[in-house]
Amino acid sequence: MYRYDNYDHQMLADRVAQFRDQTHRYLAGKLSDAEFLPLRLQNGLYVQRLAPMLRIAIPYGMLSSNQLRKLAYIADYYDKGYAHLTTRQNIQFNWPALAEVPDILEHLAEVEMHAIQTSGNCIRNTTTDQFAGVSADEVEDARAYCEIIRQWSTFHPEFAYLPRKFKIAVCGTRRDQAATQVHDIGLYIVRNDAGDIGFRVLVGGGLGRTPVIGSEIREFLPQQHLLTYLDAILRVYNREGRRDNKYKARIKILVRETGVDDFRDKVEAEWQAIKDGPMTLTQDEVERCRAFFHDPAYKDLPAHSETLEQALNTDVLFAAWYQQNVAAHKKAGYAIVTICVKKTGFAPGDLDADQMRFVADLADNYSFGEMRIAHTQNIVFADVEKDALYRLWQDLKSHDLEADNLGLLSDMICCPGGDFCALANAKSIPIAESIQRRFSHDELRDIGAVSLNISGCMNACGHHHVGNIGILGVDKKGEEYYQVSLGGSADNDTSLGKIVGPAFSQEEIPVVIEKIVAVYKEQRHADEAFLHTYQRIGMEPFKDALYAPKNADSKSDNKEAQGARS
Amino acid sequence: MSSTLIKDGNICADNWFLLAADTLGDTQADKLAEHEGDDIIVPLNCWLEIRGQLLARTGKTGVWLQSNETPAALAADLAQLPLIALNFPVFSDGRPYSSARELRQNMGYEGELRAVGDVLRDQLFYMARCGFNAFALRDDQDPEVALTALNDFQDSYQASVDRPVPLFRRRA
Ligand code: HEM
Ligand code: SF4
Repeated sequence: MYRYDNYDHQMLADRVAQFRDQTHRYLAGKLSDAEFLPLRLQNGLYVQRLAPMLRIAIPYGMLSSNQLRKLAYIADYYDKGYAHLTTRQNIQFNWPALAEVPDILEHLAEVEMHAIQTSGNCIRNTTTDQFAGVSADEVEDARAYCEIIRQWSTFHPEFAYLPRKFKIAVCGTRRDQAATQVHDIGLYIVRNDAGDIGFRVLVGGGLGRTPVIGSEIREFLPQQHLLTYLDAILRVYNREGRRDNKYKARIKILVRETGVDDFRDKVEAEWQAIKDGPMTLTQDEVERCRAFFHDPAYKDLPAHSETLEQALNTDVLFAAWYQQNVAAHKKAGYAIVTICVKKTGFAPGDLDADQMRFVADLADNYSFGEMRIAHTQNIVFADVEKDALYRLWQDLKSHDLEADNLGLLSDMICCPGGDFCALANAKSIPIAESIQRRFSHDELRDIGAVSLNISGCMNACGHHHVGNIGILGVDKKGEEYYQVSLGGSADNDTSLGKIVGPAFSQEEIPVVIEKIVAVYKEQRHADEAFLHTYQRIGMEPFKDALYAPKNADSKSDNKEAQGARS
Repeated sequence: MSSTLIKDGNICADNWFLLAADTLGDTQADKLAEHEGDDIIVPLNCWLEIRGQLLARTGKTGVWLQSNETPAALAADLAQLPLIALNFPVFSDGRPYSSARELRQNMGYEGELRAVGDVLRDQLFYMARCGFNAFALRDDQDPEVALTALNDFQDSYQASVDRPVPLFRRRA
């Protein structure tokens, strides 16, 4: 992974000193709340329902075992012993004391970590696919470009006071697992006919209260122009994005109000002035950054592992985990393992300090001391020898990390919701748990691949718009209610879910999900995933099942018959 | 009027008079007469309206832009303007940063570029990087403290006005 040199270290040290001074002045009453606000946000610090919340960047998801140990230390000494993985490849602490944050940042700096620009109206952490560099089929490893963008965006002097937050995702894998199309800028790495690397540029995607899928403004941007083109987009946005209404301030609204073609023209005009200038990438810089992400010292292993085969044949629980949580690796004899941090009874994406230390040790033992955080709030060991998979699984079991539900209904994306978040309309963690408890392991496997995303309010931190099933907390006359949507997807063909109808109470939700699943099971064709069944049959059958009065019985018999025929 | 100013890294006295938009209007002619020999900074619309008259004065004339006004309006006039001021109606309005870079990097403006309005210590470093060389601090700001902000960081990643070669082209 990327390693800091003296320049990186010095800048980070300067930043910590700067924030220490700012915090000091704030606590001494020399900075007003309003003046301190963007300064603390740009150092990751929110003020929440119960305490401040500190969001630490895990740049494009890459994390080393030593960094994770440091996070465990911070969890123990400055927090309540746990932390939360987020959908933007960040990690959050819920209980730090404001006065201690500069110390925390100093600890983080020791391991080349920080909380820079993880909140606030600035360019946020750049994210990518958690399988970057190891995926069996990939156009190009996105991480070098992510690091280039990280450096460009870090302390960018022109774009620290944008109209609103700004999120960039880069995807170089063929299957997009980075929700690229719902980012302010989404970059797909592509090759042109000559084999040169470039980017397909999407702009204006986003979730929040007005979800939008990004629009293409450039089919092929040659890689050397990456940063000047980003500068041009951001400059147009900084100048013209709406500042009169924070709900209309994201770039998606500007693009919509301007029209994609006019917006493209404006970017183009701005770009012409800076194109080929000093921010044009050099081949040396691309190579320098690539070198940090070269393959680790893989062994030459046979593609087939006898040890693995035996374990699969003798241990059904292991086999279940293997089938769900292990993906193909580009290198023979290796596999990609996802540790699903979604065990029932544990808040989705939460890790306690013991688990962190344990996972760090496992990463050292099994995956070259590195891991990735996925936007689905899980942890990926990217380089595990097939021979070692069975041992790894047994180790995971000892710390409640063996959940074998990756990609299944219970592997939900879930925001902190009303338990922690001051903006929430409703709780989300208990909803997640009530759904998880409703379905047995066998049922989940029978249902198969489906994404269920939960947000506690329309800010959409839990990506509910792009869940195959989305749940949104709403306030109904002071009571917590939940609006359900269907048909969303964050994949290559991203789509936004549609609301089924009136919201449900907390108690109703598990039954509601059960009914939705029942319709799917009745109607699915063999091997048809939930999303595809929904796309084929549409909303009506689900609506009927959820809102129809009692006479629905005969109808559902009918459907069963249909299901059996197909 | 002589308030403190940070200019080119030093604290100095400010001898320019900034004429606010609302002090002009109908009284524009009177105001200008009152400041005949002074160096004044006028709003954009005033400049566009009576540029010839302003240039004929004995005192110098600069222009200030509101954060929603773009430097393009001054493209033809840069050589005649010893000073351009960009107003921050509130410190969190980021538009003047882009205007500053545009003036310096795209339009080649070399005169004094001054931040006015809600100008605070903690934004100075980025302002300087975007090409501001003068800062008319908000009244409550301590200029000595503010001056230290210009050294908040020893280096930066990006190309900027004060350091046009990005780190990746300098890295050993
Ligand atoms: C607990 C404190 C949190 C607060 C106060 C908070 C606040 C917000 C707000 C206000 C928005 C809407 C921004 C907009 O539409 O312009 C938002 C969006 C978002 N947040 Fe959070 N958030 C919190 C935690 C989280 C967590 C834990 C995650 C990840 C699990 C997360 C990930 C996101 C994402 C992915 C979006 C949507 C991005 C988009 O609109 O394109 N946030 N958050
Ligand atoms: S979606 Fe709403 S409730 Fe959930 S974390 Fe975001 S702001 Fe809070």
